[in-house]
Amino acid sequence: MARAVTPRRKLFFTVAAWSIALLIFFPVLWTILTSFKTEVSAVASPPELLGADWTLENYSDVWARSDYPRFFLNSVIISIGSTLLGLAIAIPAAWSMAFVPGKKTKDLLMWMLSTKMMPSAAVLIPMYLIFQRTGLFDTRIGLVLALMLMNLPVIVWMLYTYFKEIPAEILEAARMDGASLLNEVLYVLTPMAIPGIASTMLLNIILAWNEAFWTITLTTVNAAPLSAFIASFSAPQGLFYAKLSAASTMAIAPILIMGWFGQKQLVRGLTFGAVK
Amino acid sequence: MTLTFRALLSACAVGALCSAAVAETTITVATVNNGDMVRMQGLMDDFYAKNPDIKVEWVTLEENVLRQNVTNDIATGGGQYDVVTIGTYEVPIWGKQGWLESLNDLPADYDIDDLLPPIRAGLTVDGNLLASPFYGESSFVNYRKDLAEKAGITIPDVPTWDDIKKAAAAMTDTEAGIYGICLRGKAGWGENMAILTTMANSYGARWFDENWKPQFDQPEWKAVMTDYVELLTKYGPPGASNNGYNENLTLSLQGKCAMRMDATVSASSLTDPKQSEFADKVGFALAPDMGLGKRANWLWAWSLAIPSSSDAKDASKAFINWATNKDYLALVASKEGWAAAPPGTRTSLYANPEYSALPFAKLTIDSINAADPTNPTVKPVPYVGVQFVAIPEFAGLATSVGEIFSAALAGQKTVDEALAEAQALSVEEMTAAGYIK
Amino acid sequence: MSTQSSRATARLMVAPSVVLLFIWMIVPLILTVWFSFRIYRLLSPERNGWAGFRNYTWFFNSPDFWLGINNTLLLVGGVLAITIVFGVLIALLIDQPVWGQGPLRILVISPFFIMPPVAASIWENLFMHPQNGLLAAGAVGMGIKPILFLESYPMASVIFIVAWEWLPFATLILLTALQSLSSEQLEAAEMDGASSLSRFRYITLPHLTRAITVVILIQTIFLLGIFGEIFTTTQGGPGSASTTLPYMIYKQALIAKDIGRAAAGGIIAVILANIVAFFLMRSMGKHLDA
Repeated sequence: MARAVTPRRKLFFTVAAWSIALLIFFPVLWTILTSFKTEVSAVASPPELLGADWTLENYSDVWARSDYPRFFLNSVIISIGSTLLGLAIAIPAAWSMAFVPGKKTKDLLMWMLSTKMMPSAAVLIPMYLIFQRTGLFDTRIGLVLALMLMNLPVIVWMLYTYFKEIPAEILEAARMDGASLLNEVLYVLTPMAIPGIASTMLLNIILAWNEAFWTITLTTVNAAPLSAFIASFSAPQGLFYAKLSAASTMAIAPILIMGWFGQKQLVRGLTFGAVK
Repeated sequence: MTLTFRALLSACAVGALCSAAVAETTITVATVNNGDMVRMQGLMDDFYAKNPDIKVEWVTLEENVLRQNVTNDIATGGGQYDVVTIGTYEVPIWGKQGWLESLNDLPADYDIDDLLPPIRAGLTVDGNLLASPFYGESSFVNYRKDLAEKAGITIPDVPTWDDIKKAAAAMTDTEAGIYGICLRGKAGWGENMAILTTMANSYGARWFDENWKPQFDQPEWKAVMTDYVELLTKYGPPGASNNGYNENLTLSLQGKCAMRMDATVSASSLTDPKQSEFADKVGFALAPDMGLGKRANWLWAWSLAIPSSSDAKDASKAFINWATNKDYLALVASKEGWAAAPPGTRTSLYANPEYSALPFAKLTIDSINAADPTNPTVKPVPYVGVQFVAIPEFAGLATSVGEIFSAALAGQKTVDEALAEAQALSVEEMTAAGYIK
Repeated sequence: MSTQSSRATARLMVAPSVVLLFIWMIVPLILTVWFSFRIYRLLSPERNGWAGFRNYTWFFNSPDFWLGINNTLLLVGGVLAITIVFGVLIALLIDQPVWGQGPLRILVISPFFIMPPVAASIWENLFMHPQNGLLAAGAVGMGIKPILFLESYPMASVIFIVAWEWLPFATLILLTALQSLSSEQLEAAEMDGASSLSRFRYITLPHLTRAITVVILIQTIFLLGIFGEIFTTTQGGPGSASTTLPYMIYKQALIAKDIGRAAAGGIIAVILANIVAFFLMRSMGKHLDA
């Protein structure tokens, strides 16, 4: 950060970065805009912007038609629950793989990732039967477990890479001081790794929040999250793009807001004090 | 939670049964997210007033997802649902497996004889009504009257395919973004194959002969595919191979499709000024024929059924009786007008002068009555079903065939190649499934 | 270096993940292998029994099989190429001191917040549709014929949509890696007169190697299983032009309801994924612990 930054250079990069960001963001923006149009205006061609019929009706319709708070609550419980549980299990694993690597560590990492190799459609009925027989079908705990296990390899991987960035010298120093392994993790590593853990957490909350196959397949009423909420607004008979956009906006708004507040953690990631 | 609360409230509202409401039965109802079903969810106060001891939990999903979830549940005996919304394709197949509860013993005020005969026939297996129709549909032609007038043509109420071809040619104005005809092109047994199968019925073609031998190598199918591809490539919107029901409805509402053959239920959207600025210019006609005695119109009914695995069959029957009774039609009419009543299930609805005054009422009932699921084709066939063949293998097979045909529409295969591939594939699948010995 | 006891503790710390993942993997896997040798059609339970290898040979004999494998690899390769190249460029760009860095970063990762089926639906209907799409309107505005994205370039369109969805993931991981790059090193190189290109080539890129490896490995595993976007946009077509192996499995499991075939397809997909992973690990595994 100490490099001299000329205002012209900054201006150039600002313009370039914002142009690209807006380009990437545009479909999302368009969805949000569409959610405030009437159904007719939403599919008007050429597309309407300034002359569109703006309305809040889609939101009131969507709100009236389904029990949004219930879907929302399930999404919160399932995504946060599965992520926290996953972190609790993954942090020790990633730590030991990063700092006490064995000959098999890489194989183990790859094996973990390989548990995600089975296409979901192929195990649909096996999973369905397992969930039915164990009584986990349509329960929040069932989805918390499923999503935790689904994302566990990703959590371990991300934490592993973040931990790898922590300079070994710091650990050596801690060991010289006679810190036990557990203390090492608790008092040396964890504080340093907080940004990495936070960014892993946010990323996995998003992954779990957006999971739309198993969360719909393995639920009916009690545990159905926002993915099921959205599936109830997609493709009915008649125009639906504005309402689908409104439902989508309602589904992403909470996580977008969370991302907004968490974005410092999300991107600061590895700016460890010790490194700089 | 909210629903319990609402149920209690409405129970208390009628006064008498406040304490009885505690001992309630909960039923889980799975429905598609179509407008008529959504409307029903808004009218539940009436049900709770009449059945204070029953609480309904909804699972509302789009058609594809709903079908997947409900099929998984019923085939594995999951017992998650007490009432499921299924179509005329599922009923005969599931009925044969004994997965559905008979509805013959619904109370007398259900008036089973009031059901439209073709619909009732499609939902009855071995004399048992296995699903109660919530709304029924056929397919017909909708077109823009102003464009027909401008082109100087009239589309007869009972058209032939020649009339349709001429009209499509006359109304097409590519420069202005007006396409003469829109038909489903998106691959899928319920998308392009629904249209093509009904078109085949009217051309004298059939899926299988009496010995389950696939018939794509016959000249009738060649005529069907040739005309279909020609109609859409000449007069259809570019990219038609990716247009399904929703895409074509949107194009029709925007006035870009001068003519379209599709489900009768879209009539209520097409005539709704809130959805289309051409609402007052829409004309309707029966699906066309070739003078062979069969029209290109299908028959479908979204119906409510009770899986055998349900543990609340009595409460479920009470719900089905409420939702598909004549009184329900009157209830909808009293709240939102007759146009909003679920169409295509009951004779009495079409005898009602207020309803039959609607612009699409007569053609809808005529279309439905022109379809015969037990005798769908010109030549004899071993199957029931109009735009489908009611065997479990059909959905998979027809989707694969649909992909081949969509490639023909996109110009990636010739009609001959597509038909040869479809024939080979069907023979293989039907042999594997044991139909062809 | 580490003591005996620390090794034991380390193993203990890995154990819960390994045990849980093993159960999570093995139970469905055993069921899937079992079903893959059975005749199991969900809607005709009366027809059951052993299928031998027939479920497998059905896939190998299917005219779509090699095309499907090809498309699967094309999808993985295409999306990886786009997300890595643009991910690096965008990460470099938004790592620069710019005004409004916070909001900027949220915008860049925003596609990640959209549920995949919704993303696919939005692209199909609001952007790529040849009559109603925004892109078509743009083309008409410029006086050219709208491109029939999903009919003429189905695979490229699907790759584009999926790449849009995954770009934030790559950007995010690369950006975090970029931020641990010491600026002293870059400054020293700048003082020595190294061009920005050679600074990128000899300092930044090597530093990003591990992050790129991680992105490639994680994304590959995710991308090998993608079918939802295909179902929503092209239905694998026109014809089989955009059919992938997971989409073939999806059709067998959810449309044809042939669980035996779907299971066999799943086993084939796992084998394919293992082959891909084997080559990836051999060619880039060493970067993981650098």
